[in-house]
Amino acid sequence: MMIMRESIVMKIHYGTAIGAVFLVAIHIMMRMTQDFHESLEYENVIANYEMIGYAILLELILILISVHGFNGLRVILLEMRQGPLYEKGVTYGCIASMIALVAYGSNTIIKAHLGIV
Amino acid sequence: MAQVNQEISTEKSQTVLSSSKSVTLRISRSNPEIGAEEKFDEFVVPYEKYSTVLDAILSVKTHLDHSVGVRYSCRQASCGSCGMKINGKPKLACFTKIVELDSDVITIEPMDNFPVVRDLVVNFTRMFNNHKKIMPYVVSNDSEITPGTNVKEMLQTPEDVEKYIQFSSCIKCGLCNSACPTMAMDTSFVGPQALAQAYRYIADTRDHGKKNRLKIIDESHGIWRCHFAGSCSQVCPKGVDPAMGIQLLRSYLLGLRD
Repeated sequence: MMIMRESIVMKIHYGTAIGAVFLVAIHIMMRMTQDFHESLEYENVIANYEMIGYAILLELILILISVHGFNGLRVILLEMRQGPLYEKGVTYGCIASMIALVAYGSNTIIKAHLGIV
Repeated sequence: MAQVNQEISTEKSQTVLSSSKSVTLRISRSNPEIGAEEKFDEFVVPYEKYSTVLDAILSVKTHLDHSVGVRYSCRQASCGSCGMKINGKPKLACFTKIVELDSDVITIEPMDNFPVVRDLVVNFTRMFNNHKKIMPYVVSNDSEITPGTNVKEMLQTPEDVEKYIQFSSCIKCGLCNSACPTMAMDTSFVGPQALAQAYRYIADTRDHGKKNRLKIIDESHGIWRCHFAGSCSQVCPKGVDPAMGIQLLRSYLLGLRD
């Protein structure tokens, strides 16, 4: 079952991990611009979404972590059991779940950015 | 002939064992073919300071129970036949001295991650198939010596040899595959033995099969399933270091080396 070469998948896996570490570090550092509990108050969270730069940062974190996480899950599941049907199911299942999660998260980010929430 | 064999057998079983020291061998006995469950038989055998675990097993076979199933050949860590789990660790029985184990009881089991044939004998089919799959030979259109006038040698510098010589010491004993945690879970994983041999031939300057070999190992149960536990290198009796070979192979696939 090969959608793309495993080395390309793993390059994406490592790349998304490095990218996520940097972006999540920025995301955490942004909490330090005010008191931590204050940064988590509803108005401040919505204000973050309304900043276009921060909305893009959150969207990128969502994509990077989803791609990395679901590929990691695929790898774990492939090691647990083997078989053509199972492996096909795991691969397509993980891709579908990843797309669903990114779509749901993006929907939240876009709505919050546009002030619909 | 049968009478001669009987005489030899009688002579062997009457041999006086001179050693004052003795050790208890707990040998795993099983026969999956007839559905016999695994059990342990205990044998007390004498040993000398130079005795190996294989010597002790052969002593059991000669004097106590000739039905113990064990595969062995060279008795000098060259053939890779006598791999087994000795006190929980994969080792070559002929390369493990009893005194080194520092134990009065030695538990001997067949290697993990291989189907058991009987007692201590395991089936190497999967390992050999994976070994064959990676094309364990120099792929080249040039023959080393062309018949006729165009005699050609494929010369290598000592530096060229240095790149792969460590990996060419593999004796296919299967200890690395037995110690590998991924092999325990993933029945399709190509395994450290085959991956180390893939590196051995890719790193050889005479070889032109790199592209094909990298394609073979670059699949969902190939090189990327290695978690770098390093247990393969720890148990290798020949110092091959498959874990390093796997990391070096990955550097080819990640484009970090040509």
